[in-house]
Amino acid sequence: MARHMLWADKLTNFLLAIGIHPRWAVIIVPYLWLTLFFLIPFLIVLKISFAYSTIAQPPYTHINPDSDNGGISLNISDSYGRLINDWLYIGSYLNAIRMAAVSTVLCLLLGYPMAYGMARAKPSTRNILLMLVILPFWTSFLIRVYAWIGLLKNNGVINNILMSLGIIHDPIPMMNTDFAVYVGILYSYLPFMILPLYANLEKMDLSLLEAAADLGCKPLKAFFVITVRLSAPGIVAGSMLVFIPAVGEYVIPELLGGPNTQMIGRTLYNEFFSNRDWPTASAIAIAVLVLLVGPLMVFQRYQDKQMDGAE
Amino acid sequence: MQRQSWFILLVLILGFIFLYAPIVSLVIFSFNESKLVTVWGGFSTKWYGLLLDDQQVLDAAGFSLKIGAISATLATILGVMAGYVLVRFTKFRGRTLFSGMVTAPLVMPEVITGISLLLLFVSFDELLQFFFGVQLGRGQLTVIIAHVTFTMSYSAVVMRSRFLSLDKSLEEAAMDLGARPTKVFFVITLPIVAPAIVSSWLLCFTISLDDLVITQFNNGPGTTTLPQVIFSKVRLGLDPKVNALATIIISIVACGVLISAFWMRRQERQRQLDEQMAIRAAAQAH
Repeated sequence: MARHMLWADKLTNFLLAIGIHPRWAVIIVPYLWLTLFFLIPFLIVLKISFAYSTIAQPPYTHINPDSDNGGISLNISDSYGRLINDWLYIGSYLNAIRMAAVSTVLCLLLGYPMAYGMARAKPSTRNILLMLVILPFWTSFLIRVYAWIGLLKNNGVINNILMSLGIIHDPIPMMNTDFAVYVGILYSYLPFMILPLYANLEKMDLSLLEAAADLGCKPLKAFFVITVRLSAPGIVAGSMLVFIPAVGEYVIPELLGGPNTQMIGRTLYNEFFSNRDWPTASAIAIAVLVLLVGPLMVFQRYQDKQMDGAE
Repeated sequence: MQRQSWFILLVLILGFIFLYAPIVSLVIFSFNESKLVTVWGGFSTKWYGLLLDDQQVLDAAGFSLKIGAISATLATILGVMAGYVLVRFTKFRGRTLFSGMVTAPLVMPEVITGISLLLLFVSFDELLQFFFGVQLGRGQLTVIIAHVTFTMSYSAVVMRSRFLSLDKSLEEAAMDLGARPTKVFFVITLPIVAPAIVSSWLLCFTISLDDLVITQFNNGPGTTTLPQVIFSKVRLGLDPKVNALATIIISIVACGVLISAFWMRRQERQRQLDEQMAIRAAAQAH
């Protein structure tokens, strides 16, 4: 214990000696790290999205290959022009938004009753159920997506069971379809929907429902008027936790989707790795970021509010 | 009311079947004799044997564990600082930007984080090349930096909620007795939040171990992580060895989560007892 204290004192003295108040050291270290490795990279992405694609190492240049004077120029038409003019990009952009939105609604439809049931269970059961929801989150995401290949394939578990029961005679094609991607996203992101909803529903004041019942409100109406409305922050937080990462999802459409299931994250990845067109990949990243600024701010506001509420 | 609770119970049961059926089927078919993963051909553990002979998988697992341990340690150090700052320093210039940068990586699509970090490393290498004629390249260091950057957010969120629920009276007592703030932090605050630090480390470790996309962007050709090896196998279709590997990972995780939940509950109870005793002792001393 004594040695421990000595060490803390030495650290304080050292920081003060080099002119840094310990309080500022605590702020500066994570601040600098995040600025350098999270904020600045976005500016570099922005810069490279205006570059020209070229065959070199790294495969981009700020010098216009078509101009004679070789001056460095800002190039807006190249990669962004491609994004606007090629249906592949617009299509996969819109498709990603659509699929992420539908998946978010599916997560909410399944997650809300589950979170509600968990929050109203006995306290001892509650903790077990909570652990059961969190447990898959700790196992590998990749492996959980892989598990669905075995279930959804034409000769997979689901089709085999249905066929042996005589319900169907020919396998239902499910693998490599949009349906498989929806299942994959719903499966992978469900815990992210359930947890904030559960946290919200668990601390809800049940006396409000009793009061409503006393005043003659029917349970189902009370549920929609009181419970759903009070849990709105949880619904928003869960939806953002699902929608934002799902828009840029790469692994799920790549493993479960068909060649036509284009989502913008997959397009970006292929543009970067297969076509080695870094400026276009950067422009896609910027386009996705522009789309996500709104949802990110909503998410951020919820996080701040949650902190104020706890204080 | 009765009808409503039946509906909720049914959804809960179906929901948990949905969450666990794929995992159960994965485990069952890892013991399948047949190479056709989804057709049962008798019980066998041969895929586990073949898996343990696969040097590529073993090397990748070792590399992943190393990367995970290093980045979880760094991420937790940064996360403790960031969580502490968010709770205790409510007013400083640039706080909004700071809290935004802490929480945004939690939801940022992985392809975006991946490409932006890679372009940073490439630009940095261009500068190095220009001034010193050397390059860092990509590999272990860049993967660690990338993993620290996005896992520290998880750590910061865990630590933030722990610091929020922290009873300040012990720290104030130490301060009254003349301890300097830094000493109070290391001697009083850190030991109290130790269980949260452990769970934050485990969370960062698991997330680092699990990451594919950000690693794909930022890893060099020399070494591959376990998810990279799994992904290259899975892309070619079902592979019973992947089922065996998945079963091993799932068992380790399940044991780990159960043990740590048990341990943390005990720690929590011990902590509350200690605090009560300290408060009682302080009251008597007065």
